[in-house]
Amino acid sequence: MPDGILAEIEGSLRLFRGSAAMVERIRAGVDQMGLTPTLAVAPTARGAWWLASAGQEILILDRAALEMALATLPIAVACDRPDALGLMHNIGITTIGELRSLPREGVARRFGQALLDGLEQALGRVPEPRNFFAPPLRFAAKLELPGEVTHAEGVLFAARRLLVQLEGLLAARQAGVRRFLLILLHRNANPTVLDLGLASPGREVERFMRLLRERLSACKLAKPIEAIRIEAENFVPLHGETVDLFEGSRAESEAWARLVERLQARLGSKAVHGLGLHSEHRPERAWRALAAGERPLRGDESAGVRPLWIIEPPRRLKEKGGAPFDGGPLELLVGPERIESGWWDEGEIARDYFIARAPSAALLWVFRERGTTSGWYLHGMFA
Amino acid sequence: MKTSLADILSQCSVWRGGALASGHGRTVPTGFAALDRELPGGGWPTGALTEILGQREGVGELQLVLPTLVALSAGGRRIVWLAPPHLPYAPALATAGIDLEYLSVVRAPGRRDGLWAAEQVLRGGGCHALLAWFRDIRYVELRRLAVAAEAGHGAFVALFRPEQAAHEASPACLRIAFEPAPEGLSIRILKRRGALIAKPLGIKIERPVHALAGAPFSTPCTRGSVARPCSV
Repeated sequence: MPDGILAEIEGSLRLFRGSAAMVERIRAGVDQMGLTPTLAVAPTARGAWWLASAGQEILILDRAALEMALATLPIAVACDRPDALGLMHNIGITTIGELRSLPREGVARRFGQALLDGLEQALGRVPEPRNFFAPPLRFAAKLELPGEVTHAEGVLFAARRLLVQLEGLLAARQAGVRRFLLILLHRNANPTVLDLGLASPGREVERFMRLLRERLSACKLAKPIEAIRIEAENFVPLHGETVDLFEGSRAESEAWARLVERLQARLGSKAVHGLGLHSEHRPERAWRALAAGERPLRGDESAGVRPLWIIEPPRRLKEKGGAPFDGGPLELLVGPERIESGWWDEGEIARDYFIARAPSAALLWVFRERGTTSGWYLHGMFA
Repeated sequence: MKTSLADILSQCSVWRGGALASGHGRTVPTGFAALDRELPGGGWPTGALTEILGQREGVGELQLVLPTLVALSAGGRRIVWLAPPHLPYAPALATAGIDLEYLSVVRAPGRRDGLWAAEQVLRGGGCHALLAWFRDIRYVELRRLAVAAEAGHGAFVALFRPEQAAHEASPACLRIAFEPAPEGLSIRILKRRGALIAKPLGIKIERPVHALAGAPFSTPCTRGSVARPCSV
């Protein structure tokens, strides 16, 4: 089915001096956008949609005319199930009118009640309530700079003016954003886009500015900048205070959120992460890096004794006479703990883990692959 | 060496009126009675630098700070691990009693990034413990961090550094060095507020071998060759 827009125009007909005039205005507007529409007007939304889908540019204002017009349409506009269409084709049904001439019970049984319901809605015998489209909340504003700018300070100065507008819009909507874009427009080059992420939704200019300052200090402005744009969308509700469990917490979590933003702005978004548990027997998968702000699940902590440092990927150990060696022979103290898992995916393991003592007195978590001669690996340290 | 006012103030021997109120001189218990007894204020200093020096890995060095981290995370205090040499293993941390919700890892591969991040964490607030690993860090950089720690929100700051650093001057308020010992760790206090003690302290720490001693599959295998895995 082609893409389309359904518009309720009955309430606006008087303002636009009738449906014909209105249709022409719409057509002119769509033409300006460089698109070629097929426009159909009908008393029901679904009826108009089907007419337009069938390529019929038509203006129908009463139900009787609609019924006649729909009857001539191919059944494909009313039904998108290939099996049902094939079946109808086999019994010689090609138009909606022919379909409607069949007994209703048979149609419902063979092709599903939904098809009948659709027909009733297209004809206006059954109401078809629809939700009106709410345009997404977004912010986009551009500012021409008085002259070409090559230094971050100039950009910051201009950006603040736009961010004040963004804050105003967000405040009016009781909303915040998790990210915004700063787009630097150059004279003869593609724009530079800076994507600025916030650890928690926010709307304060100062917070945006801190982020921006951090980011601009880390990137080189190679080309002169003529104008800047700020864009933000996906507004999220921001009202009241987030409830937290510990005292003095709100200011503290905000301070933390801002700190995370600053760190991420300079070090990269993956440079700051939390640690979570993951229900998995394979040691390398029993944990997960959590994005900042993501809460760890309470996991299964019943695995065996585990080291505080894990070496990823496991480091191959030297061997002497089949025994692991790391600056000296390793003394196997505890084990084996057999871990076999992952046969269902690519990461199958079959290992025997031991706690071993190194000559340095370090306690190491080492394993040997079962059924292979691939040797010993260091996987952790009991630090 | 040129000495600035900040220099002098960051030395712990200078007591400033009103400093107590700003968190200076406060401590958090280490969780080791023998160590707490020897530390001024009865624990790790907060709002100041603590250096933990040692060469060996895997000898229980993280156990030194674990009780403090458990207590802080239980109180909803955030902990940052900055530039750790290996990946902290979540299952082991959870088993040790740390609430993972309050633990964050910051990776800063470059030296400068690491220093910058440490300063941000200390000045930014919202974080009550910073564990940071620095392979090499200069006196002026340490001083900068010391000033940031003091200006910050009274976080416990532990800098893990190699043993050789013991020979360098440092503005840290507390410097300790650890060595593996039969019962756990042997701790030397290299610098603290107040008189020094020469005798090393023995700290008993949990080792997995003890922890496993009672488990059915885990009979410690001490006899015979070191090479063969023990069968149970």
